Amino acid sequence: MSGVLVYSERESVALELLTFASKLERPVAVALVGQEAAARAKNCFTYGAQRAYTSADPALTGLQADVLAEALAQITKQADADVILIGSTLRGREVASRLAQKLNVGCITDANGLRFEDGRLVATRYALGGNTISTQVIKSPVQVIAVMPQTIQAMPTGDGGSAEVVEAKLSLAPSPVKMVERRPKQAGSVNVESAEVIVCIGRGVGEQSDLEMIQALADTLGGVVGCTRPVSHDKHWLAEDQMIGISGKMSSPRLYIGVGLSGQIQHTVGIMGSKVTVAINNDKNAPIFKMADYGIAGDLYQVVPKLTEKLKAR
Amino acid sequence: MHIIVCMKQIVDLTKIRIKADTREPVLEGLPVRFGDFEKNALEEAVRIKEKRGDVKVTAVAVGSPKLKDTIKEALAIGADEAVILTDPLFEGSDEIGTARTLARVIQKIGEYDVILLGEGSTDDHTGQAPSRLAELLGLAQVTYVRELEVLEDKRIRAVRDLEDALEVVEVNLPAIVSVTAELNQPRLPPLTAILKAARKPIKTWGPNDIGVTTGEVGAGVSTIIVLSNLAPAQQRKEVIFEGDVDDVVNELLKALEREGVLAA
Repeated sequence: MSGVLVYSERESVALELLTFASKLERPVAVALVGQEAAARAKNCFTYGAQRAYTSADPALTGLQADVLAEALAQITKQADADVILIGSTLRGREVASRLAQKLNVGCITDANGLRFEDGRLVATRYALGGNTISTQVIKSPVQVIAVMPQTIQAMPTGDGGSAEVVEAKLSLAPSPVKMVERRPKQAGSVNVESAEVIVCIGRGVGEQSDLEMIQALADTLGGVVGCTRPVSHDKHWLAEDQMIGISGKMSSPRLYIGVGLSGQIQHTVGIMGSKVTVAINNDKNAPIFKMADYGIAGDLYQVVPKLTEKLKAR
Repeated sequence: MHIIVCMKQIVDLTKIRIKADTREPVLEGLPVRFGDFEKNALEEAVRIKEKRGDVKVTAVAVGSPKLKDTIKEALAIGADEAVILTDPLFEGSDEIGTARTLARVIQKIGEYDVILLGEGSTDDHTGQAPSRLAELLGLAQVTYVRELEVLEDKRIRAVRDLEDALEVVEVNLPAIVSVTAELNQPRLPPLTAILKAARKPIKTWGPNDIGVTTGEVGAGVSTIIVLSNLAPAQQRKEVIFEGDVDDVVNELLKALEREGVLAA
């Protein structure tokens, strides 16, 4: 029986995918590249991998998509896999696509749901800019599915007693892409994914100094500040990991307050898990009001301080 | 130097209406435009041209016959010429079909140094085109680029924007580059540029021009089956308060207390 091959450069995501794969009652293999690949295999075995294909080939240093996809294509053959599950990080998404093209097969990226139903893998992903959720299956004989981090809950499945480490036999040429420098991003201290209350700002907040007023509201509510893409990525007022929406973080707070943001779908897909949503915007026709349980159509510079004041007085 | 920019025509996503009973999107009759990231890609190509001078920019797009109009925007922004493919045969292609079509177009164009694309389309954002095209053309790929510099001796240096790090990479041309929204601010072409664009060449190629047959592209050979495509079930109360600040804030606080979402 053909098997499932799992790969993610992030171990936590690989374990999530292994958890899912182990329920398919098929051979499950994991691909591990880089130094100490064998040492990482043990953890994968606990989460359902029966075999780990490892490689410390120097061509894989830097994880360039062209070489990594070639390595995975070769491992796919060695593992006799017809389902390849990849973590849909930015890197994972490009690798999945290149791998799928090498194999000339179909691929689903950024899956935010995956289930086994009527003998086939059914994936969901956002479509039409987040307006819809598309439910899809791949009909090529081999399929590549890139699954978003935290789509599946990782669960240990056993001690992996009979699992084995196999050194993959790879023939790789180094990538023509040369890494010159890697600059790690400073991780923000704010976690919008787990926050219970989020005050989220958009372009309508005019000055960086206004953040003080926003933070005061968030503090009063015991919450954190999040933002839409322009605030973090263009203005750089907040860390990029505070951005909520497609290509950012998904949130599920008890209370979400959107301030001075229009409510474009790219953002609002990230707040669909909110229990109660509030919008404050001076444009009564802003789409965010359609996503709001409660809204105030008014000047945020009057409403926000007043709200903070009255909350403090409670 | 020749830069090819691949662009996708999409429906205006802000105008999509959802049928209340079935949650299906209504796409008929919507205005179309180019996706956001493609405009960043094109803007960058035009900036490189303006800086260096010896650069030709070709815009390539596959889509509905409305492309005949839509493509004018690309020419107004600064592409020198355009190749469009509007034959119904290409309709319903999956990512393999699309990449195959683009690859054949680019092979027919022949000489090129950089192929620029958005990191994903603004509508479905599968992000597969850069990788698949790179594989089909046997090229290096540099994705998620937020800074791009053309170096001497036919090399580029790019800053890639990944979740936890920026990666500075260099590669010899030709290469495929996919770009993010942070790369630049696309220009709104002035009227003079729009008028001038009317005289720029638009080539319309069909399946025969690029050697593509029914068995290679289109819905019939798609590897993806879409079981459904529906708006997520979402019920919000949409209670909007307006008027005196004091009053509306009191109303809001009362509502939030009722909901039990304020900490005790």
